[in-house]
Amino acid sequence: MTTTEHKPHTSPEIGGLGHSRRRVEDARFIEGRGNYVDDITLPGMLHMAIHRSPLAHARIISIDTSAAEAVDGVVAVVTGELLAGYNLAWMPTLSGDTQAVLATDKVRFQGQEIAAVIATDRYVAQDAARLVEVEYEDLEPIVNPQRALEEDAVLIRDDKEDQTSNLCFEWESGDKTATDEAFAKADKIVSLETHYPRSHPAPLETCGIVADVDSATGQATLYMTSQAPHAHRTVFALVAGLAEQNIRIVSPDLGGGFGNKVPVYPGYVVATAASLVIGQPVKWVETRTENLISTGFARDYYMKGELAVTNDGKILGLKVDMLADEGAFYADAQPSKFRAGLFHIVTGSYDYPAAYVTTRGAYTNKAPGGVAYRCSFRVTEASYLIERLVQNAAYELGLDPAEFRSSNFIQADQFPYHSPTGFVYDSGDYETAMRKAMDMVGYADIQAEKEQARKEGRLVGIGMASFTEVVGAGHGEDYDIIGLKMFDSAELRVHPTGKAILKLGVKSQGQGHETTFAQIVAEELGIPAGDVKVVEGDTDNTPYGLGTYASRSTPVAGAATAVISRKLREKAKKIAAHLLEASEEDLEWETGKFFVAGDPESSVSIQDIAFAAYTNPPPDLEAGLEGVHYYDPPNMTYPFGTYIVVVDVDPESGQWKVRRMIAVDDCGVKINPMIVEGQIQGGLTEGFAMSSMQHITFDETGNCLGSNFMDYLVPTAWETPRFELGETVTPSPHHPIGAKGVGESATVGSPAAYVNAVVDALQHMGVTNIEMPMSADRVWHAMQENSGG
Amino acid sequence: MYPSKFDYLAPETLEEALAVLAERGDEVKILAGGQSLIPMMKLRFAEPATLLDINRIPGLDAIDIQNGHVRVQALARHADVVRSAVIKEENDLMAGAAPWIADPIVRNLGTVCGSLAHHDPEGDWASVMLALDAEVVAVSKEGVTHFHPGADGTQHTGGTRVISIQDFLVDMFTTSLYPTELLTEVRVPRYERGGGNYQKLERKVGDYATVGVATHIELGDDDRITKAGIALTSVYAHNLKVTDAETALVGQAPSDELFAEAGRIASAACDPASDTRGSAEYKRHIVGLFTERSLAESLKIAQGGQS
Repeated sequence: MTTTEHKPHTSPEIGGLGHSRRRVEDARFIEGRGNYVDDITLPGMLHMAIHRSPLAHARIISIDTSAAEAVDGVVAVVTGELLAGYNLAWMPTLSGDTQAVLATDKVRFQGQEIAAVIATDRYVAQDAARLVEVEYEDLEPIVNPQRALEEDAVLIRDDKEDQTSNLCFEWESGDKTATDEAFAKADKIVSLETHYPRSHPAPLETCGIVADVDSATGQATLYMTSQAPHAHRTVFALVAGLAEQNIRIVSPDLGGGFGNKVPVYPGYVVATAASLVIGQPVKWVETRTENLISTGFARDYYMKGELAVTNDGKILGLKVDMLADEGAFYADAQPSKFRAGLFHIVTGSYDYPAAYVTTRGAYTNKAPGGVAYRCSFRVTEASYLIERLVQNAAYELGLDPAEFRSSNFIQADQFPYHSPTGFVYDSGDYETAMRKAMDMVGYADIQAEKEQARKEGRLVGIGMASFTEVVGAGHGEDYDIIGLKMFDSAELRVHPTGKAILKLGVKSQGQGHETTFAQIVAEELGIPAGDVKVVEGDTDNTPYGLGTYASRSTPVAGAATAVISRKLREKAKKIAAHLLEASEEDLEWETGKFFVAGDPESSVSIQDIAFAAYTNPPPDLEAGLEGVHYYDPPNMTYPFGTYIVVVDVDPESGQWKVRRMIAVDDCGVKINPMIVEGQIQGGLTEGFAMSSMQHITFDETGNCLGSNFMDYLVPTAWETPRFELGETVTPSPHHPIGAKGVGESATVGSPAAYVNAVVDALQHMGVTNIEMPMSADRVWHAMQENSGG
Repeated sequence: MYPSKFDYLAPETLEEALAVLAERGDEVKILAGGQSLIPMMKLRFAEPATLLDINRIPGLDAIDIQNGHVRVQALARHADVVRSAVIKEENDLMAGAAPWIADPIVRNLGTVCGSLAHHDPEGDWASVMLALDAEVVAVSKEGVTHFHPGADGTQHTGGTRVISIQDFLVDMFTTSLYPTELLTEVRVPRYERGGGNYQKLERKVGDYATVGVATHIELGDDDRITKAGIALTSVYAHNLKVTDAETALVGQAPSDELFAEAGRIASAACDPASDTRGSAEYKRHIVGLFTERSLAESLKIAQGGQS
């Protein structure tokens, strides 16, 4: 597969692939006229507020709701005991575990839901929620997975019959014997122990619902912050025992998701149950603190990696052992077969025969969640580990990290490449991407400056990450969420006037689907993108799909859109033949029209064809120009790239500053280069955030120390580095338009580049690791510990 | 935001505001910029029964020179200080510190006097004012007896009080202001030949200081230091004026060694806590380093270099 230049095939007026079409959704967002869950107001709507546990681990002795109930305007106070009457005190998680909806027996993390107040006014609900009185008996809070797995640790999940320890799961991938053999042949074993800290996706819009259950008809309309409305509807049908056809989930405009809006949260269930029982709509919208302390977090993996290498710089094998902090309920949203997501892509961009990955997950007294924050099912952790290990291995072998990477890269002619943990990489050209990034940064000059700087008492570092992503889950054979195969769908109808409506099973949270998916239709049918309306998020009005996360919308729903467009083009051809009184075989397609081969004057436009589809269809053809396609991808897609960071470190204070950040991405064919660039810029910013400042920490009693934006840091434009972007284009061979998806590449790939750069600046002192987030304090301590200072 | 219930009053004259304070006293919180108060109310850490908005009172937003002092009135915003020609001309430490306050959005509304009255030990202005030996002016309704609940039996009959900043800043979140008083201005003495500088270590724009160091020095004709101010942010239970370090500087000819000594004294005087911003050991190190750096910068300015 060669890297090729891609220029648009269509005119800007058509706006097909490769056009940086302006985002059609932005006008309403910028003007403050978006329609978010919290904008929805229904007649008779009540408001819900949740009373949460102040403690991380305690037995509930009693819950007294009388003071809350006595407040003027309070309609009901819901407890777990009440829900138990409807068999709703517990619910299933997306990883097949159970989670308390409202706690009845114990509280298992700070912020856990205990009772919900339904009131006529949002302020009253909040006031009354504070009046719920709970008597507790303290239990030992377990705030890290190491302690959780010690023999004398108190059992967190004593609600589960077969649970005898805090072990949540064990999982392995790869070949132990082959890996042991590879390690036996190695000249050196390079190892790294590191913690990928707990972070939080922190979408600007918190989670919420307006639940409207019509007690007369049994129809439940749920306006929900959902990245996966169809899957959520099925979960609701299973949890609440509501008939699925009577559940309509509407996910309106979303103010960011990043994986935070994939899980089903107790608040959704309680609000729905309350609306069902009371017979009035109920709104619940989290506060910022509620979002940060109780909803789907990210990462929290303790990782030990070992790389077996030869003295001449060849990698022979990789061993990884991990301990995952899963929180109180195992609620990772990930394919069922894979207990650590797709972490086993950890072999990275390199060609070696053997790898073995073991993972244990532990219950702790922290919020559940786990897979979120643009991580592609834990590829973030995997990419970080291998890219940190590779740099350390290069140091240990006395080799330049770039050259060490180069001599181990999977070569362009090795694709499709079968990895030792079972992935089949579709296409790639890692060397070209890396060299391009090195040229952009002036790699040799920076290396030379580094030496000179040290002589002057300055510290300069250069770090790199040559990541390989795996996205677009997935082929249904291997990938499912609670049994639902991970296909996705597109339904396209071209109306008589040639204007089209495209309905999708995925759901944009800011990715710009309304813009980009119209461009795919424009490319395939020649209908101007501006004439294509994209509809998502309403389960009654869109075909079934698994939703938007893990960078899967373009790889899966994008493919579905291309395929259904082509199917309609085939039908259009029959109509064109009818209109031109020519045989189908004699017709040729050119953007937006069919013409008779050799007679370009005899042509008919797609608009005319659409009109004929309803007014003058061929006698043997059904009317209309409409269809739906469910796309099950044959494989996943493997975006890649090289990121290079140059930092200046203050040797006295440990403060560090990014001087340059180069990002060369290859996401295959781009639908809208401007939107791709935006995705990359955002991801690089999040990578910077995680490496420099973001961390959800807990004190020894399990208090969450990252419960607001003064403590959980989101970078502003001020401190965010300037990014310099480059690209290579290696199409996916199996995707209908050659696209690979790009939503998570930069978040996945960039953290290692930042850390590698700071470690590189300190490497001559013997520093081999600095944990994220790399506070000035941590960098200073690393220097102190390694310079005898 | 879901604060507890409160009364909201927005008088249009100072007299009305003082009357409200005299009547309602310690149930009142004064709203100037609200950049600390509103977030605290949102989290229900603060639940005032009455919010007294002073933003409609005219004539309270000056930054000017009066009687040998630079005066910053109660409604002058951080951003006004950043933009002020008077500050730029008159006071290097204030000019240097203002852009470090929070983030641009907070600076557009938050006030210097509000920050002082709030007295969060992580606030930057209190250190600046301690280093500059500032005074604050407080007024209350005349002719009625005002009680101070914190200090045993302390009372006065109203009017205007001028309080030295050291007497004003009592402890974290505590000042010597009476509940019935309104802080109307802070003022700092003018100087002939001097310079000042603020150093702040923060994790991002808008973050509180991990460590903040304010320094101010004045030079005599013989180039010796005639006056020195050093105060620290976020490394003690309250903003800490390091008098010993100031004393060590006065009368001396400035030198790297002298500033290093001041840094050592400041480092020994502080008592930082380990937290998510950094370890105590690290913060102590930064206090020494930044004191040294800040004094060097202040000297450069005092000697006529650019700030």
